[in-house]
Amino acid sequence: MRGQFTYSKKVLSHFRKPHNLGNIKNPSGLGEVGNLACGDVMKLYLKIEDDKIEEIKFETYGCAAAIATSSVITDLVKGKTIEEALKMTNKEVIDSLDGLPPIKIHCSLLSVDALGEAIYDYLVKNNREIPKELEERHRRITTLADHH
Amino acid sequence: MKQKYYFDYAATTPIDPRVVKAMLPYFGEIYGNTMSLHSFGMKSAEAVEKSREIIAKSINAKADEIIFTGSATESNNLALKGLAEAHPNKNKIIISAIEHDCVLNSARWLKSKGYRLVVLPVDKEGKIDLELLEKEVDEKTLVVSIIHGNNEVGTIQDLQKIGNICRNHKVYFHTDASQSFTKTKIDVEDMKIDLLTASSHKIYGPKGVAILYVRSGIMINPILHGGGHEGGLRSSTVNVSAIVGMGKAVEISYKVGKLESCKVEKLRDKLIKGVLKTIPDCWVNGSLTDRLYNNVNISFKNVEGESLLLELDNRGIMCSTGSACSSNNLEPSHVLLAMGLTAPEAHGSLRFSLGRWTTEKEIDYLLAVLPKVVKKIRKISPFKI
Repeated sequence: MRGQFTYSKKVLSHFRKPHNLGNIKNPSGLGEVGNLACGDVMKLYLKIEDDKIEEIKFETYGCAAAIATSSVITDLVKGKTIEEALKMTNKEVIDSLDGLPPIKIHCSLLSVDALGEAIYDYLVKNNREIPKELEERHRRITTLADHH
Repeated sequence: MKQKYYFDYAATTPIDPRVVKAMLPYFGEIYGNTMSLHSFGMKSAEAVEKSREIIAKSINAKADEIIFTGSATESNNLALKGLAEAHPNKNKIIISAIEHDCVLNSARWLKSKGYRLVVLPVDKEGKIDLELLEKEVDEKTLVVSIIHGNNEVGTIQDLQKIGNICRNHKVYFHTDASQSFTKTKIDVEDMKIDLLTASSHKIYGPKGVAILYVRSGIMINPILHGGGHEGGLRSSTVNVSAIVGMGKAVEISYKVGKLESCKVEKLRDKLIKGVLKTIPDCWVNGSLTDRLYNNVNISFKNVEGESLLLELDNRGIMCSTGSACSSNNLEPSHVLLAMGLTAPEAHGSLRFSLGRWTTEKEIDYLLAVLPKVVKKIRKISPFKI
Protein backbone atom coordinates (compact mmCIF):
# COMPACT_ATOMS: atom_id res chain seq x y z
CA MET A 1 0.00 0.00 0.00
CA ARG A 2 1.22 3.47 -0.83
CA GLY A 3 0.11 6.16 1.54
CA GLN A 4 -1.90 6.12 4.72
CA PHE A 5 -5.22 4.24 4.83
CA THR A 6 -8.54 6.01 5.22
CA TYR A 7 -11.91 4.90 6.61
CA SER A 8 -15.27 5.06 4.83
CA LYS A 9 -18.00 7.31 6.20
CA LYS A 10 -19.93 4.21 7.27
CA VAL A 11 -17.02 2.97 9.37
CA LEU A 12 -16.65 6.33 11.05
CA SER A 13 -20.37 6.60 11.67
CA HIS A 14 -20.56 3.16 13.34
CA PHE A 15 -17.43 3.98 15.32
CA ARG A 16 -18.80 7.28 16.57
CA LYS A 17 -22.27 5.98 17.36
CA PRO A 18 -21.98 2.22 17.84
CA HIS A 19 -25.22 0.23 17.61
CA ASN A 20 -26.12 -2.31 20.30
CA LEU A 21 -23.31 -1.32 22.59
CA GLY A 22 -23.25 -2.89 26.05
CA ASN A 23 -23.73 -6.33 27.55
CA ILE A 24 -26.50 -8.77 28.38
CA LYS A 25 -26.81 -10.29 31.83
CA ASN A 26 -26.97 -14.08 31.69
CA PRO A 27 -26.64 -14.23 27.90
CA SER A 28 -27.77 -17.30 25.97
CA GLY A 29 -24.38 -17.21 24.28
CA LEU A 30 -21.16 -15.25 24.77
CA GLY A 31 -18.30 -15.03 22.29
CA GLU A 32 -14.95 -13.50 23.15
CA VAL A 33 -12.11 -13.25 20.62
CA GLY A 34 -8.85 -11.38 20.10
CA ASN A 35 -6.29 -10.44 22.70
CA LEU A 36 -4.97 -7.34 24.38
CA ALA A 37 -1.43 -7.69 23.07
CA CYS A 38 -2.66 -7.41 19.49
CA GLY A 39 -4.90 -4.50 20.35
CA ASP A 40 -8.33 -6.00 19.59
CA VAL A 41 -10.70 -7.77 21.96
CA MET A 42 -14.36 -8.32 21.06
CA LYS A 43 -17.11 -9.61 23.29
CA LEU A 44 -20.45 -10.48 21.73
CA TYR A 45 -23.53 -11.24 23.86
CA LEU A 46 -26.59 -13.04 22.46
CA LYS A 47 -30.10 -13.54 23.78
CA ILE A 48 -31.63 -16.37 21.78
CA GLU A 49 -35.24 -17.51 21.82
CA ASP A 50 -36.50 -20.34 19.60
CA ASP A 51 -33.12 -20.34 17.86
CA LYS A 52 -33.66 -16.72 16.90
CA ILE A 53 -31.32 -13.89 17.92
CA GLU A 54 -33.68 -11.64 19.86
CA GLU A 55 -31.04 -9.40 21.32
CA ILE A 56 -27.37 -8.82 20.63
CA LYS A 57 -24.85 -6.55 22.36
CA PHE A 58 -21.13 -5.99 22.07
CA GLU A 59 -18.16 -4.57 23.91
CA THR A 60 -14.90 -4.02 22.03
CA TYR A 61 -11.43 -2.87 22.90
CA GLY A 62 -9.71 -1.82 19.72
CA CYS A 63 -9.39 0.54 16.80
CA ALA A 64 -12.19 2.26 14.93
CA ALA A 65 -12.44 -0.66 12.47
CA ALA A 66 -12.77 -3.18 15.31
CA ILE A 67 -15.56 -1.12 16.90
CA ALA A 68 -17.32 -0.52 13.58
CA THR A 69 -17.24 -4.19 12.50
CA SER A 70 -18.62 -5.23 15.91
CA SER A 71 -21.36 -2.65 15.64
CA VAL A 72 -22.40 -3.52 12.09
CA ILE A 73 -22.45 -7.29 12.67
CA THR A 74 -24.95 -6.78 15.49
CA ASP A 75 -27.21 -4.99 13.00
CA LEU A 76 -26.74 -7.70 10.40
CA VAL A 77 -27.72 -10.68 12.55
CA LYS A 78 -30.30 -9.22 14.92
CA GLY A 79 -33.60 -11.03 14.33
CA LYS A 80 -31.98 -13.81 12.32
CA THR A 81 -32.03 -17.50 13.20
CA ILE A 82 -28.76 -18.99 14.38
CA GLU A 83 -28.63 -21.02 11.19
CA GLU A 84 -28.80 -17.83 9.13
CA ALA A 85 -26.34 -16.07 11.39
CA LEU A 86 -23.79 -18.83 10.96
CA LYS A 87 -23.77 -18.12 7.23
CA MET A 88 -22.55 -14.58 7.87
CA THR A 89 -19.25 -13.88 6.10
CA ASN A 90 -16.71 -11.17 6.67
CA LYS A 91 -17.37 -10.00 3.12
CA GLU A 92 -20.91 -9.05 4.13
CA VAL A 93 -19.48 -7.16 7.10
CA ILE A 94 -17.02 -5.33 4.87
CA ASP A 95 -19.65 -4.52 2.25
CA SER A 96 -22.08 -3.15 4.83
CA LEU A 97 -19.33 -0.76 5.90
CA ASP A 98 -18.65 0.35 2.31
CA GLY A 99 -15.25 -1.31 2.51
CA LEU A 100 -12.35 -1.54 4.92
CA PRO A 101 -8.69 -0.63 4.41
CA PRO A 102 -6.76 -3.83 3.49
CA ILE A 103 -4.77 -3.63 6.71
CA LYS A 104 -8.05 -3.73 8.70
CA ILE A 105 -9.63 -6.76 7.04
CA HIS A 106 -8.70 -8.87 10.08
CA CYS A 107 -11.18 -6.82 12.16
CA SER A 108 -14.05 -8.09 10.00
CA LEU A 109 -12.84 -11.67 10.50
CA LEU A 110 -12.68 -11.04 14.22
CA SER A 111 -16.31 -9.92 14.32
CA VAL A 112 -17.46 -13.04 12.42
CA ASP A 113 -15.38 -15.16 14.79
CA ALA A 114 -16.97 -13.49 17.82
CA LEU A 115 -20.41 -14.28 16.43
CA GLY A 116 -19.44 -17.91 15.74
CA GLU A 117 -18.05 -18.28 19.24
CA ALA A 118 -21.21 -16.84 20.81
CA ILE A 119 -23.38 -19.29 18.89
CA TYR A 120 -20.99 -22.14 19.75
CA ASP A 121 -21.30 -21.19 23.41
CA TYR A 122 -25.11 -21.23 23.12
CA LEU A 123 -25.15 -24.65 21.48
CA VAL A 124 -22.75 -26.13 24.04
CA LYS A 125 -24.72 -24.70 26.96
CA ASN A 126 -27.88 -26.30 25.59
CA ASN A 127 -26.25 -29.66 24.86
CA ARG A 128 -27.00 -29.23 21.20
CA GLU A 129 -25.21 -30.81 18.34
CA ILE A 130 -22.41 -28.60 16.99
CA PRO A 131 -22.22 -28.35 13.21
CA LYS A 132 -18.91 -29.72 11.96
CA GLU A 133 -17.90 -26.43 10.39
CA LEU A 134 -18.55 -24.51 13.58
CA GLU A 135 -16.57 -27.03 15.60
CA GLU A 136 -13.63 -26.51 13.24
CA ARG A 137 -13.97 -22.75 13.45
CA HIS A 138 -14.01 -22.94 17.23
CA ARG A 139 -10.90 -25.08 17.23
CA ARG A 140 -9.09 -22.67 14.90
CA ILE A 141 -10.02 -19.63 17.01
CA THR A 142 -9.02 -21.20 20.32
CA THR A 143 -5.73 -22.52 18.95
CA LEU A 144 -5.02 -19.05 17.58
CA ALA A 145 -5.64 -17.59 21.01
CA ASP A 146 -3.25 -20.11 22.58
CA HIS A 147 -0.53 -19.05 20.24
CA HIS A 148 -0.44 -15.51 21.64
CA MET B 1 -14.68 24.01 8.44
CA LYS B 2 -15.02 23.32 12.12
CA GLN B 3 -12.41 24.86 14.37
CA LYS B 4 -9.26 22.73 14.37
CA TYR B 5 -6.91 22.20 17.30
CA TYR B 6 -3.50 21.07 16.08
CA PHE B 7 -1.41 19.11 18.59
CA ASP B 8 0.84 17.31 16.14
CA TYR B 9 3.76 19.71 15.67
CA ALA B 10 6.19 16.80 16.06
CA ALA B 11 4.69 15.21 12.95
CA THR B 12 5.04 18.42 10.98
CA THR B 13 4.59 22.13 11.48
CA PRO B 14 2.69 24.70 9.46
CA ILE B 15 5.04 26.97 7.50
CA ASP B 16 5.62 30.32 9.14
CA PRO B 17 4.15 33.03 6.88
CA ARG B 18 7.51 34.86 7.04
CA VAL B 19 9.11 31.73 5.58
CA VAL B 20 6.57 31.58 2.76
CA LYS B 21 7.26 35.23 1.98
CA ALA B 22 11.01 34.60 1.84
CA MET B 23 10.48 31.63 -0.51
CA LEU B 24 8.10 33.24 -2.99
CA PRO B 25 10.66 35.06 -5.21
CA TYR B 26 12.41 31.74 -5.84
CA PHE B 27 9.49 30.23 -7.71
CA GLY B 28 8.73 32.72 -10.47
CA GLU B 29 11.44 35.37 -10.36
CA ILE B 30 14.76 33.86 -9.34
CA TYR B 31 14.23 30.40 -10.74
CA GLY B 32 17.75 29.76 -12.06
CA ASN B 33 19.52 26.46 -11.63
CA THR B 34 22.35 26.87 -9.11
CA MET B 35 24.67 25.10 -11.55
CA SER B 36 24.04 27.68 -14.32
CA LEU B 37 26.75 30.27 -14.82
CA HIS B 38 24.41 33.10 -15.81
CA SER B 39 23.13 35.71 -13.41
CA PHE B 40 19.90 33.87 -12.62
CA GLY B 41 21.90 30.80 -11.67
CA MET B 42 24.27 32.83 -9.55
CA LYS B 43 21.43 34.53 -7.70
CA SER B 44 19.97 31.15 -6.84
CA ALA B 45 23.37 29.86 -5.74
CA GLU B 46 23.91 32.93 -3.55
CA ALA B 47 20.58 32.39 -1.84
CA VAL B 48 21.45 28.75 -1.14
CA GLU B 49 24.84 29.71 0.30
CA LYS B 50 23.24 32.31 2.55
CA SER B 51 20.93 29.65 3.96
CA ARG B 52 23.83 27.28 4.41
CA GLU B 53 25.64 29.86 6.49
CA ILE B 54 22.65 30.63 8.70
CA ILE B 55 22.05 26.94 9.36
CA ALA B 56 25.74 26.17 9.95
CA LYS B 57 26.02 29.02 12.45
CA SER B 58 23.03 27.72 14.42
CA ILE B 59 24.92 24.54 15.38
CA ASN B 60 28.39 26.15 15.47
CA ALA B 61 29.47 24.46 12.25
CA LYS B 62 31.12 25.82 9.11
CA ALA B 63 29.04 26.42 6.00
CA ASP B 64 30.90 23.85 3.92
CA GLU B 65 30.09 21.18 6.48
CA ILE B 66 26.38 21.36 5.62
CA ILE B 67 24.89 19.15 2.89
CA PHE B 68 21.33 19.89 1.78
CA THR B 69 19.19 16.80 1.24
CA GLY B 70 15.53 16.10 0.59
CA SER B 71 14.49 14.81 4.00
CA ALA B 72 15.75 13.76 7.41
CA THR B 73 15.28 10.17 6.24
CA GLU B 74 17.66 10.83 3.38
CA SER B 75 20.17 12.53 5.70
CA ASN B 76 20.13 9.59 8.10
CA ASN B 77 20.52 7.12 5.23
CA LEU B 78 23.39 9.17 3.80
CA ALA B 79 25.10 9.38 7.18
CA LEU B 80 25.05 5.66 7.90
CA LYS B 81 25.40 4.21 4.41
CA GLY B 82 27.77 6.98 3.30
CA LEU B 83 30.11 6.31 6.22
CA ALA B 84 29.91 2.55 5.68
CA GLU B 85 30.85 2.86 2.01
CA ALA B 86 33.78 5.13 2.78
CA HIS B 87 35.20 3.11 5.66
CA PRO B 88 35.14 -0.56 4.66
CA ASN B 89 37.65 -1.48 7.35
CA LYS B 90 34.99 -1.10 10.09
CA ASN B 91 32.19 -3.57 10.67
CA LYS B 92 30.16 -2.52 13.69
CA ILE B 93 27.37 0.02 14.18
CA ILE B 94 25.85 1.13 17.47
CA ILE B 95 22.38 2.71 17.69
CA SER B 96 19.76 3.02 20.41
CA ALA B 97 16.52 1.06 20.66
CA ILE B 98 14.49 4.26 20.26
CA GLU B 99 15.81 5.55 16.96
CA HIS B 100 13.45 6.78 14.29
CA ASP B 101 12.61 4.11 11.70
CA CYS B 102 14.93 5.68 9.14
CA VAL B 103 18.01 5.16 11.33
CA LEU B 104 16.76 1.78 12.55
CA ASN B 105 16.06 0.48 9.06
CA SER B 106 19.25 1.91 7.54
CA ALA B 107 21.19 0.16 10.30
CA ARG B 108 19.27 -3.06 9.73
CA TRP B 109 20.01 -2.82 6.03
CA LEU B 110 23.73 -2.51 6.82
CA LYS B 111 23.36 -5.51 9.11
CA SER B 112 21.99 -7.46 6.16
CA LYS B 113 25.21 -6.50 4.33
CA GLY B 114 27.34 -8.03 7.07
CA TYR B 115 27.69 -5.29 9.69
CA ARG B 116 27.42 -6.13 13.35
CA LEU B 117 24.53 -4.10 14.74
CA VAL B 118 24.39 -3.27 18.43
CA VAL B 119 21.10 -1.80 19.63
CA LEU B 120 21.55 -0.15 23.01
CA PRO B 121 18.60 -0.63 25.38
CA VAL B 122 17.04 2.33 27.17
CA ASP B 123 15.68 2.73 30.69
CA LYS B 124 12.06 3.47 31.48
CA GLU B 125 12.58 7.17 30.78
CA GLY B 126 14.08 6.41 27.40
CA LYS B 127 17.71 7.17 28.32
CA ILE B 128 20.57 5.07 26.99
CA ASP B 129 23.05 3.52 29.38
CA LEU B 130 26.33 5.42 28.90
CA GLU B 131 28.41 2.75 30.63
CA LEU B 132 27.07 0.16 28.23
CA LEU B 133 27.93 2.45 25.31
CA GLU B 134 31.46 2.83 26.67
CA LYS B 135 31.77 -0.97 26.81
CA GLU B 136 30.46 -1.45 23.27
CA VAL B 137 32.59 1.08 21.34
CA ASP B 138 35.73 -0.53 20.00
CA GLU B 139 38.24 -0.13 17.16
CA LYS B 140 35.91 -1.94 14.75
CA THR B 141 33.03 0.45 15.42
CA LEU B 142 32.19 2.67 12.45
CA VAL B 143 29.62 4.96 14.01
CA VAL B 144 27.45 5.53 17.03
CA SER B 145 24.08 6.98 15.98
CA ILE B 146 21.85 8.19 18.80
CA ILE B 147 18.71 10.27 18.44
CA HIS B 148 18.87 13.60 20.29
CA GLY B 149 15.26 14.40 21.22
CA ASN B 150 13.03 11.39 20.76
CA ASN B 151 10.15 11.98 18.36
CA GLU B 152 7.61 9.94 20.32
CA VAL B 153 8.31 10.53 23.99
CA GLY B 154 10.49 13.65 23.84
CA THR B 155 13.35 12.29 25.94
CA ILE B 156 16.60 14.18 25.34
CA GLN B 157 19.91 12.27 25.45
CA ASP B 158 23.08 13.75 26.87
CA LEU B 159 24.94 14.35 23.61
CA GLN B 160 27.93 15.86 25.35
CA LYS B 161 28.64 12.68 27.25
CA ILE B 162 27.99 10.47 24.23
CA GLY B 163 30.25 12.71 22.14
CA ASN B 164 33.05 12.44 24.69
CA ILE B 165 32.85 8.65 24.75
CA CYS B 166 32.92 8.46 20.95
CA ARG B 167 35.79 10.93 20.61
CA ASN B 168 37.86 9.12 23.23
CA HIS B 169 37.48 5.89 21.27
CA LYS B 170 37.95 7.61 17.88
CA VAL B 171 34.51 6.48 16.73
CA TYR B 172 32.25 8.69 14.60
CA PHE B 173 29.21 10.11 16.36
CA HIS B 174 26.03 10.83 14.42
CA THR B 175 22.86 12.22 15.92
CA ASP B 176 19.37 12.55 14.48
CA ALA B 177 18.37 15.98 15.76
CA SER B 178 15.18 16.26 13.71
CA GLN B 179 13.03 17.00 16.75
CA SER B 180 15.50 18.97 18.86
CA PHE B 181 16.99 21.26 16.19
CA THR B 182 16.33 24.91 17.16
CA LYS B 183 14.51 23.72 20.31
CA THR B 184 17.52 22.90 22.46
CA LYS B 185 21.05 24.19 22.15
CA ILE B 186 23.22 22.18 19.79
CA ASP B 187 26.92 22.91 19.47
CA VAL B 188 28.74 20.38 17.31
CA GLU B 189 32.12 21.46 18.75
CA ASP B 190 31.16 21.30 22.42
CA MET B 191 29.19 18.10 21.97
CA LYS B 192 31.80 16.53 19.68
CA ILE B 193 29.19 15.64 17.09
CA ASP B 194 30.64 14.37 13.80
CA LEU B 195 27.45 14.08 11.78
CA LEU B 196 24.03 15.58 12.46
CA THR B 197 20.64 15.38 10.79
CA ALA B 198 18.13 18.23 10.96
CA SER B 199 14.91 18.84 9.10
CA SER B 200 13.05 21.91 7.88
CA HIS B 201 9.40 20.89 8.23
CA LYS B 202 9.69 20.42 12.01
CA ILE B 203 10.78 24.03 12.46
CA TYR B 204 8.09 25.91 10.50
CA GLY B 205 9.94 25.55 7.19
CA PRO B 206 8.80 23.72 4.05
CA LYS B 207 8.76 19.96 3.58
CA GLY B 208 11.23 18.34 1.21
CA VAL B 209 14.44 19.78 2.59
CA ALA B 210 16.82 18.78 5.38
CA ILE B 211 20.52 18.87 6.15
CA LEU B 212 23.29 16.52 7.03
CA TYR B 213 26.18 18.12 8.86
CA VAL B 214 29.45 16.26 8.28
CA ARG B 215 32.53 17.43 10.19
CA SER B 216 35.19 18.53 7.72
CA GLY B 217 37.78 15.86 7.13
CA ILE B 218 35.33 12.98 7.56
CA MET B 219 34.87 10.97 4.39
CA ILE B 220 31.45 9.78 3.33
CA ASN B 221 30.36 8.37 -0.03
CA PRO B 222 27.25 9.59 -1.83
CA ILE B 223 24.10 7.51 -2.30
CA LEU B 224 22.98 9.50 -5.35
CA HIS B 225 25.36 9.79 -8.28
CA GLY B 226 24.85 12.49 -10.86
CA GLY B 227 25.90 16.03 -11.62
CA GLY B 228 28.01 16.43 -8.49
CA HIS B 229 25.88 18.87 -6.49
CA GLU B 230 26.63 19.50 -2.82
CA GLY B 231 30.30 18.69 -3.24
CA GLY B 232 29.45 15.48 -5.04
CA LEU B 233 27.66 14.12 -1.99
CA ARG B 234 24.09 14.76 -3.07
CA SER B 235 23.54 15.06 -6.79
CA SER B 236 20.12 16.50 -7.67
CA THR B 237 19.00 19.88 -8.92
CA VAL B 238 19.12 22.10 -5.88
CA ASN B 239 15.71 22.85 -4.32
CA VAL B 240 16.41 26.56 -3.98
CA SER B 241 13.08 27.82 -2.64
CA ALA B 242 12.89 25.12 0.02
CA ILE B 243 16.48 25.75 1.12
CA VAL B 244 15.79 29.49 1.35
CA GLY B 245 12.74 28.60 3.44
CA MET B 246 14.72 26.41 5.80
CA GLY B 247 17.30 29.17 6.26
CA LYS B 248 14.57 31.67 7.05
CA ALA B 249 12.95 29.26 9.51
CA VAL B 250 16.25 28.93 11.38
CA GLU B 251 16.74 32.69 11.34
CA ILE B 252 13.29 33.19 12.89
CA SER B 253 14.07 30.61 15.56
CA TYR B 254 17.07 32.73 16.66
CA LYS B 255 14.74 35.62 17.28
CA VAL B 256 11.86 33.90 18.97
CA GLY B 257 13.54 30.79 20.39
CA LYS B 258 13.84 31.68 24.05
CA LEU B 259 10.41 33.24 24.37
CA GLU B 260 8.78 30.42 22.46
CA SER B 261 10.38 27.70 24.55
CA CYS B 262 9.21 29.33 27.79
CA LYS B 263 5.68 29.78 26.50
CA VAL B 264 5.31 26.30 25.06
CA GLU B 265 6.92 24.61 28.07
CA LYS B 266 4.38 26.26 30.37
CA LEU B 267 1.52 25.04 28.18
CA ARG B 268 3.04 21.56 28.06
CA ASP B 269 3.23 21.39 31.84
CA LYS B 270 -0.32 22.67 32.19
CA LEU B 271 -1.52 19.96 29.81
CA ILE B 272 0.36 17.18 31.64
CA LYS B 273 -0.88 18.32 35.04
CA GLY B 274 -4.44 18.73 33.83
CA VAL B 275 -4.64 15.30 32.21
CA LEU B 276 -3.15 13.51 35.22
CA LYS B 277 -5.56 15.32 37.49
CA THR B 278 -8.78 14.76 35.55
CA ILE B 279 -8.35 11.31 33.98
CA PRO B 280 -8.01 8.14 36.06
CA ASP B 281 -5.51 5.41 35.18
CA CYS B 282 -3.09 7.25 32.94
CA TRP B 283 0.59 8.16 33.10
CA VAL B 284 3.24 10.18 31.27
CA ASN B 285 5.77 8.32 29.13
CA GLY B 286 9.35 9.60 28.95
CA SER B 287 11.53 11.76 31.15
CA LEU B 288 9.86 14.59 33.01
CA THR B 289 13.07 16.60 33.26
CA ASP B 290 15.12 15.88 30.11
CA ARG B 291 12.27 16.39 27.71
CA LEU B 292 11.55 18.37 24.56
CA TYR B 293 9.58 21.39 25.67
CA ASN B 294 6.73 20.66 23.30
CA ASN B 295 6.15 16.93 23.89
CA VAL B 296 3.38 15.27 25.90
CA ASN B 297 3.06 11.48 25.67
CA ILE B 298 0.46 9.78 27.83
CA SER B 299 -0.78 6.20 28.11
CA PHE B 300 -4.40 5.55 29.05
CA LYS B 301 -5.14 2.17 30.56
CA ASN B 302 -7.64 -0.11 28.83
CA VAL B 303 -8.17 2.02 25.75
CA GLU B 304 -6.78 1.74 22.30
CA GLY B 305 -5.06 4.81 20.87
CA GLU B 306 -6.43 4.81 17.35
CA SER B 307 -10.01 5.02 18.55
CA LEU B 308 -9.05 7.81 20.96
CA LEU B 309 -7.28 9.64 18.15
CA LEU B 310 -10.25 9.39 15.78
CA GLU B 311 -12.75 10.43 18.43
CA LEU B 312 -10.57 13.44 19.26
CA ASP B 313 -10.30 14.23 15.55
CA ASN B 314 -14.08 14.19 15.39
CA ARG B 315 -13.97 17.02 17.90
CA GLY B 316 -11.34 18.94 15.98
CA ILE B 317 -8.31 17.78 17.98
CA MET B 318 -5.35 16.32 16.09
CA CYS B 319 -2.65 14.19 17.71
CA SER B 320 -0.71 10.91 17.26
CA THR B 321 -0.67 7.46 18.85
CA GLY B 322 1.82 4.65 19.45
CA SER B 323 -0.88 2.05 18.97
CA ALA B 324 -0.30 -0.85 16.60
CA CYS B 325 -3.67 -0.25 15.00
CA SER B 326 -2.62 3.08 13.56
CA SER B 327 0.64 1.86 12.11
CA ASN B 328 1.13 0.32 8.71
CA ASN B 329 2.75 -2.82 10.12
CA LEU B 330 0.30 -3.39 13.01
CA GLU B 331 3.15 -3.30 15.53
CA PRO B 332 2.96 -1.10 18.62
CA SER B 333 5.57 1.65 19.00
CA HIS B 334 9.06 0.15 19.29
CA VAL B 335 10.04 3.17 21.37
CA LEU B 336 7.44 2.52 24.07
CA LEU B 337 8.17 -1.21 24.09
CA ALA B 338 11.91 -0.47 24.47
CA MET B 339 11.06 1.67 27.51
CA GLY B 340 9.44 -1.34 29.11
CA LEU B 341 5.77 -0.73 28.35
CA THR B 342 3.65 -3.78 27.55
CA ALA B 343 1.91 -3.94 24.18
CA PRO B 344 -1.50 -2.93 25.64
CA GLU B 345 0.15 0.00 27.43
CA ALA B 346 1.69 1.12 24.15
CA HIS B 347 -1.65 0.70 22.32
CA GLY B 348 -3.19 3.18 24.76
CA SER B 349 -0.70 5.99 24.18
CA LEU B 350 -1.31 9.41 22.70
CA ARG B 351 1.25 12.02 21.75
CA PHE B 352 0.32 15.68 21.87
CA SER B 353 3.01 17.97 20.48
CA LEU B 354 2.73 21.71 20.89
CA GLY B 355 4.24 24.57 18.95
CA ARG B 356 4.50 28.20 17.94
CA TRP B 357 0.78 28.80 17.61
CA THR B 358 -0.55 26.68 20.45
CA THR B 359 -2.62 28.84 22.81
CA GLU B 360 -3.78 28.42 26.37
CA LYS B 361 -7.35 28.39 25.07
CA GLU B 362 -6.53 25.36 22.95
CA ILE B 363 -5.04 23.57 25.95
CA ASP B 364 -8.20 24.38 27.94
CA TYR B 365 -10.35 22.95 25.16
CA LEU B 366 -8.25 19.78 25.00
CA LEU B 367 -8.43 19.41 28.78
CA ALA B 368 -12.20 19.76 28.62
CA VAL B 369 -12.67 17.25 25.79
CA LEU B 370 -10.09 14.55 26.53
CA PRO B 371 -11.65 13.17 29.74
CA LYS B 372 -14.99 12.75 27.96
CA VAL B 373 -13.39 11.01 25.00
CA VAL B 374 -11.40 8.60 27.17
CA LYS B 375 -14.56 7.85 29.13
CA LYS B 376 -16.55 7.23 25.97
CA ILE B 377 -14.01 4.83 24.46
CA ARG B 378 -13.53 3.07 27.79
CA LYS B 379 -17.29 2.53 27.90
CA ILE B 380 -17.13 0.59 24.63
CA SER B 381 -14.36 -1.64 26.02
CA PRO B 382 -15.11 -4.95 27.78
CA PHE B 383 -12.38 -4.15 30.32
CA LYS B 384 -13.78 -2.03 33.09
CA ILE B 385 -11.68 0.04 35.41
